[in-house]
Amino acid sequence: MAMTIATRKRLVTALLIGPSAAWLSLFLVLPFIAILVFSVGERAPEGGYQAAFTFAQFMNLPARATAFWNTMILAPVGAFFCLLVAYPTAYYLAIKAPARYRMLLVSLVVVPFWTSLLVRTYAWIFILGARGLPNLLALIGLPDVRLLNTPGAVLLGIVYGYLPLMIMPIYVSLEKLDCRLLEASADLGASPVRSFFNVTLPLSLPGVATGVALVTILLLGEYLIPQLLGGGKVFFIGNALVDLFLQSRNWPYGSAIAVTLVSVVVLIITLAMRLAWRFAGTRQVDLV
Amino acid sequence: MRAFITAVYLFLYAPIALVVLLSFNAGRNASDFTGFSTAWYGKALSNTFLMQALENSLMVAFISAGLAAIYGTMAAMGLERLGKRGRMLFDGLLAAAIVVPGVVIGIATLVALVQLFALLNPIVAALWPTDSPPQFGFGYGSIIAAHGLFSMALVTMIVRARIATLGRDIVEASADLYATPFNTFRLIVLPQIFPAILSGFLLAFTFSFDDFIIAFFVCGSKTTLPIYIFASVRRGVTPEINAIATLVLTASLLLILLSRFLMRDRPSPVPSE
Repeated sequence: MAMTIATRKRLVTALLIGPSAAWLSLFLVLPFIAILVFSVGERAPEGGYQAAFTFAQFMNLPARATAFWNTMILAPVGAFFCLLVAYPTAYYLAIKAPARYRMLLVSLVVVPFWTSLLVRTYAWIFILGARGLPNLLALIGLPDVRLLNTPGAVLLGIVYGYLPLMIMPIYVSLEKLDCRLLEASADLGASPVRSFFNVTLPLSLPGVATGVALVTILLLGEYLIPQLLGGGKVFFIGNALVDLFLQSRNWPYGSAIAVTLVSVVVLIITLAMRLAWRFAGTRQVDLV
Repeated sequence: MRAFITAVYLFLYAPIALVVLLSFNAGRNASDFTGFSTAWYGKALSNTFLMQALENSLMVAFISAGLAAIYGTMAAMGLERLGKRGRMLFDGLLAAAIVVPGVVIGIATLVALVQLFALLNPIVAALWPTDSPPQFGFGYGSIIAAHGLFSMALVTMIVRARIATLGRDIVEASADLYATPFNTFRLIVLPQIFPAILSGFLLAFTFSFDDFIIAFFVCGSKTTLPIYIFASVRRGVTPEINAIATLVLTASLLLILLSRFLMRDRPSPVPSE
């Protein structure tokens, strides 16, 4: 048993990393290589894949431009509306809420996020469907209002589904806020509004950036909300992908769309991280 | 401000409350409340397709989260010992497993496994001694594999964050007192990181149990609960679906309470400083 300590150490490391490395290679790296290969292939006459090396699939991307535009517009707009509701909520939770109830109120925000998005989304079908709100609106003299299967319904579903995810990072950044900074600002004669815009808001921007980036990235691959609340009229890239893989079985074209989607996600993450670095560089405030 | 906050909480909970309320509806139409009844719970519980889907979901979530808890913890321990470049590569892959949209993970796994099965099945058939060789195909295995990916990434990240807060001195003290590395792990490290492992497991379990889109691509002929609910919603929601949804909501609620209970800060039995 002549085994040096270094060899032994390396062996243990390999054994520890091995299973997860195998999992990552087999179910992340290999699948990604597969769609890269498929995306430069051709569709076989009977559906499926035929080996080739062509960029025809990528050239054909404009054929699904509607899905792209819907996603690229509704994802950031949805994240923005989410932010509009989330910021005051997070502000209340971190600064205004009575300390006794704070943890309870925060938990109540988090709970919906851990319950099935599918169930929470289909509940809106009842509310927005013909027997729900439009029915009530008809009673007050607004007949024939259609809510379900509109971009508005999808936006509402997005705000509803992702609100907890937007509130949490903003809450965390506001909670860390040093109250002495606000007192100092007031002592120096700033009005509460001015203190908010010059002190609170800038210091919470990292949380805002995290929330917006997180929600936007997740929304880019969203499928359920547009499927259930957009009723096939408002569709995202995710819906196009399901159609291409499970219905029309155009795998090479679907792969090209998937590769493009991942590239966009990577691009946005890179930009968001650059921004975060810049914030971190200029906004360092340490009191202690 | 008060009114706004009340409205936000109402907005968050009204749809959930509606599903719960409609699950007690006596009528057969899901959206008109005609009277109180628990009949749909009985119907849901005696629906064999629904119960099979629930069982599949529980099994898949349990196995994938369980495997992830083991492999993820091992990876978190191993990463400490890895060189800088290896660690960066591994970190990148873990991040990718979480941020790549589920719909892409689903199709990529589908495409890769179709090719892999097409390659492996003839080889196995040629080598198998009898006439009825086993066939690789989509089913429980492929869902567990795909869910295991994000589950493992979640567990690794959570456990690593916990390991980072552990004092190294206590591990060194244990070694100085002639504990073997394994005993140091078992007696010193494991008790301290166990809450993190468990909360990683619960998180992974919830994600797997709620996942629709990945399972949708790789489930083969098997049905998970979200897939069953999705199919029913397309046909028109019945109070039966509301009943099962209510049960699932209750179960998730209990899981969250459990994980919050485990994650809360408590003085560790051994001081780390």
